[in-house]
Amino acid sequence: MSLEDLRGKIAIVGVGTAGCGEAPGMSELEILAQAAKAAVEDAGLTMEDINGLCTANLMAAMWPLNVVEYLGLRPKFVEGTNIGGAAFVAHQLPSMLALAAGVCDAVLVCYGSNQRTATFGRKERTAARNLLDRNVFEGPYKPFNPPSSYALIAARHMHQYGTTRRQLAEVAVAARKWAQLNPEAFARDPLDIDTVLNARKISDPFTAYDCCLVTDGAAAYVMTRADRARDLKQKPIYILSNATGVWHRSVANMQDLTVTPSRESGERAFAAAGLGPNDMDVVQIYDAFTINTILALEDLGFCKKGEGGPFVENGAIAPGGKRPINTNGGGLSCVHPNMYGAFATIEAVRQLRGTCGARQVKDAKTAVVNGNGGNSAASQSTSVLAAADAL
Amino acid sequence: MEAGQQAGAEEHYQAALNEGRFLIQHCTACGRHVFYPRSICPHCWSERLDWVEPQGTGTVYSTTTVRRKPEAGGSYNVALIDLDEGVRMMSRVEDLPPTDVKIGMRVRAEVINENGAGLVVFHPEDAA
Repeated sequence: MSLEDLRGKIAIVGVGTAGCGEAPGMSELEILAQAAKAAVEDAGLTMEDINGLCTANLMAAMWPLNVVEYLGLRPKFVEGTNIGGAAFVAHQLPSMLALAAGVCDAVLVCYGSNQRTATFGRKERTAARNLLDRNVFEGPYKPFNPPSSYALIAARHMHQYGTTRRQLAEVAVAARKWAQLNPEAFARDPLDIDTVLNARKISDPFTAYDCCLVTDGAAAYVMTRADRARDLKQKPIYILSNATGVWHRSVANMQDLTVTPSRESGERAFAAAGLGPNDMDVVQIYDAFTINTILALEDLGFCKKGEGGPFVENGAIAPGGKRPINTNGGGLSCVHPNMYGAFATIEAVRQLRGTCGARQVKDAKTAVVNGNGGNSAASQSTSVLAAADAL
Repeated sequence: MEAGQQAGAEEHYQAALNEGRFLIQHCTACGRHVFYPRSICPHCWSERLDWVEPQGTGTVYSTTTVRRKPEAGGSYNVALIDLDEGVRMMSRVEDLPPTDVKIGMRVRAEVINENGAGLVVFHPEDAA
């Protein structure tokens, strides 16, 4: 079986979110369970129908056990790979294989984090992770990660291609303008380029607005085989392809700081889908930092390497621009609870269902979702999705 | 470590640094230099990795200033250095304000002692 053989065989049939923004007093399992239940109900299924599970977490090494127990599931298929925030996009390929093989019938992908409001919060979590997953060759130099690693990438991109501070700011402003059209988005105050440029510096060239939000939030979605999807509650959104590239762990070991594994994942995903970037109506890029959007546009083939900066200029990716990108407001302005891949996927599904209200992309039939993971674009997972009339 | 026991690559590297010596690996099978130190070569997967002393010179591949308030110790540099042997490492460039470190700048390594352990930092080459 090849990747092409899986084209359109599996569909996303239910989506759900919970606790987005701030969920004070709630544990991450509590909001994860709410999102999972919402996704299953959205599909018109019950928890009893779920016999496949994909989940990952930054703290618990055996997180699928926590989730299986909490939700009362007995899955025949479990996938707990954690390659960072791209994981919840990358979970699709193993799920597609398991579903197509008949190993299971309905797979739930779910994630939740309460990093913003938890008492054991972001500072303690970062310290614990650095202790358990030490990097002895970088730790002594105290990079403020993830911002510093992506800042090194942005600085190199600026040096090599003349990308400007202002172009990075365009990405943040476009994300905010989309967020203003999304009632679920966390950051909806007006934002202009000068405010981005003059904000508190984090790790040069980044200011606070170049960095994704720190929010709580949970997300879940359900996949079934296409034949079953047609009889369920929602309009099925078909997965035409999913491909993942994993190249390194730490920024010093990223061969060329201006090229991400999206070049590989995008090429494979578009080839298997039989479509290209210019066929995409909706583009959901995991924007952990402003540079991510620019890198993904280049590596996925929306423009040539080095032309991502000019590509985003003059509101080109904002509402009303030539390319609707990150229509929910992205990780920069909508929601970012540590790992965002499932949220990017859910926005693409909602766009293809046509339920996005003021931010709806007209006649959206195809979408690309590009997940990003790790401290330095270490993993990337690309999916091409389509509504029935674009199969 | 017990007598006669071979140190792992990571331990060997740090032990040398603690004595003020900066060593990197060289693969005698494929001829490439390797950093960080490993038990097998990531290019040809041979175990024939020798320790060599690099020239200590290199070029800044990228740089950032981590912003910290003065009362929190002040801002500092984090840089990626391409050694002339063809390997890249994270480090910092000292002797100048962190924002004055520029991509393309030629630098030279020095082993310092920080928090009781040897650590490689870099200085602008022309300041040497």
